[in-house]
Amino acid sequence: MPSEAILLQGNEAVAEGAIAAGARFFAGYPITPSTEIAEVLAQRLPEVGGTFIQMEDEIASLAAVIGASLAGQKALTATSGPGFSLMQELLGFAEMAQVPCVITNVMRGGPSTGLPTEPSQGDVMQARWGTHGEHSVIALVPSSVLECYTLTVEAFNLSERFRTPVVILSDALIGHMREAVVLPDPDALRVAERGEPDCEPEDYDTVASTLDNILPRPSLGSPFTVHVTGLVYNRKSGAPDTGDPAAAAELGRYLREKIYHHRDAIVQVEEYQMEDAEVAIFAYGSVARSARAVVKWARARGVPVGMVRPITLWPFPTSAVEFLSEQVRTVIVPEMNLKQIAWEVQAAVAGRARVVDYGRVDGRLITPAEIKELVKKEFHYHKWEAS
Amino acid sequence: MSALVDEERLEAPPGDECAPPRITPHTTTEIRPWLRTPKTIWCPGCSNGTITRALIDAIISLRLKREKVVVVAGIGCSGRISQYLNVSTVHTAHGRALAVATGAKLADPSLDVIVVMGDGDCSAIGGNHFIHAARRNIDLTALVFNNSIYGMTGGQMSPTTHTGDRSTTSTRGNVEAAFDICQLGHAAGASYVARSTAWAYRQLATCIAGGIVHKGFSLIEAMAVCPVYYGRFNLTSDPAEFLRSQKEHAVPAAEFEEGESRGREHYPVGVLHHSERAELGESLARLRAQAQEALRG
Repeated sequence: MPSEAILLQGNEAVAEGAIAAGARFFAGYPITPSTEIAEVLAQRLPEVGGTFIQMEDEIASLAAVIGASLAGQKALTATSGPGFSLMQELLGFAEMAQVPCVITNVMRGGPSTGLPTEPSQGDVMQARWGTHGEHSVIALVPSSVLECYTLTVEAFNLSERFRTPVVILSDALIGHMREAVVLPDPDALRVAERGEPDCEPEDYDTVASTLDNILPRPSLGSPFTVHVTGLVYNRKSGAPDTGDPAAAAELGRYLREKIYHHRDAIVQVEEYQMEDAEVAIFAYGSVARSARAVVKWARARGVPVGMVRPITLWPFPTSAVEFLSEQVRTVIVPEMNLKQIAWEVQAAVAGRARVVDYGRVDGRLITPAEIKELVKKEFHYHKWEAS
Repeated sequence: MSALVDEERLEAPPGDECAPPRITPHTTTEIRPWLRTPKTIWCPGCSNGTITRALIDAIISLRLKREKVVVVAGIGCSGRISQYLNVSTVHTAHGRALAVATGAKLADPSLDVIVVMGDGDCSAIGGNHFIHAARRNIDLTALVFNNSIYGMTGGQMSPTTHTGDRSTTSTRGNVEAAFDICQLGHAAGASYVARSTAWAYRQLATCIAGGIVHKGFSLIEAMAVCPVYYGRFNLTSDPAEFLRSQKEHAVPAAEFEEGESRGREHYPVGVLHHSERAELGESLARLRAQAQEALRG
């Protein structure tokens, strides 16, 4: 049953996507430009039997989300840069203790209070490396209102499947933009449920998750009397074990590999007009919207430019970049930060193509006109029209 | 008061409306199944084991269902209790136990959530979460092990270290004033506030039981004995002597004068405050029902 197009804001779409994904708990703290997510969920969650709570700060917000998730509910929070920094402590806890949850960071200009109402992509590396210690993370980057909805559903599915926090990296442009969208039929959505482990409570301590069979976490209040800890623990029994280097190594590698082993299943990349492209624009989030316009403009003039758009930013789509570096001579990386992802592209390209970085940190969007100039330089032999 | 009384194990003390029920202590054989292990990392002479036992005594006395009991702990000596208790346990990050517990309790109100914190855990790094959990009057039982020092890191001063007390970060004597955790919790809105000592085992277990049955935010401050750090620097490194000093320092709440100053060697014990007011989970449930009713229209 196709529904009708509705006018929806990016932040509203995150809230509605969360409800569609089965989230029934939100804890947050107001911060521009993410606040609409909290406002919508404060209104909507009680209607669907869920819980909204405004906490005393962002540390408490993620803490409450973790507590709710441990008690069996799908839970999320939403914030922006400064709040995301406060959440890093418990993001590490959620990764260590393998707690499914979703954190939306609607990125704004920083550091510090920075440019609270302007978009930025300055937190992409914070999402990857912000918390302490060795860890892996999944981060998704929507570039439209519809993707704010669909990727929120996807974020919950990934977090349940891999028992891990998932970060949605939206930004002030995507979050505050309104688009006409046709939302998918809620009944047709693939929604991963939590479930309980497929074993008797007394056997739980002896059945460890493997890379191919990550067991659901038993909820607090179930017959499984679990111990959840941020200490290094024995992966089989779950009991803290800080005295055995082998147990620590086993856990540390498992926490990384449970994501990287499934990289092919997790990573989504959109390739646009890449079949015969000689130059690729590698763009994500709101910047990808300008990049797409430039590809259309160039193609209308017979210039072979394409776009590669990571929808999953972490784990990084390394193989997609390796693949394109065999095909194109130049990869242009426009982003609203100074080379954060360009470095990552450079590492994957490994000298097989030229990497051109282009960054802005003034809170302004990167416009199609700016990317056009970068493209023109790559095709200096082409007869460009005067405008 | 009647809500606080269980049939066999608990009896209400006559003539005191506010006092929690008395507990008949359980035997070690009865206590043991509630522990995952009899081994702890706590120092010889530490009173954390005594307080843990009092908590188990309270849980058994109230006949709580094991699978519904959730203990959420912070980081520090007291936080280790999460590893030892044989119930669902969460060993959270330093100071964050109450915030994690808030999410768990709201997500599943059928849980009996007991939050164990140390004095630094609760009133320093977790101070913000503490006052807001009390303000919300969420139905959690907060049990604070107060040994007036950071023990796990080796004896640094905490917000409950008294003026003049020595620690490894106040070797010339602490120049700051100490928090009274019970006063702080009461002022922030906790609807049940009690204090007891490791010395007064039965009173302590009773205060904890009273907090668990109370609907709302319950705070129980358990005055702990740390002979290895606090005692050695300030009082005595002899655990027995330290415990006996608690007997002298603790004054029954009824005998404590209004406005009388509280200090290291003089503090009220027993149920200090008990009132009924709207509990967060119940208020949210009403809000939910109203929202759903309005939607049906």
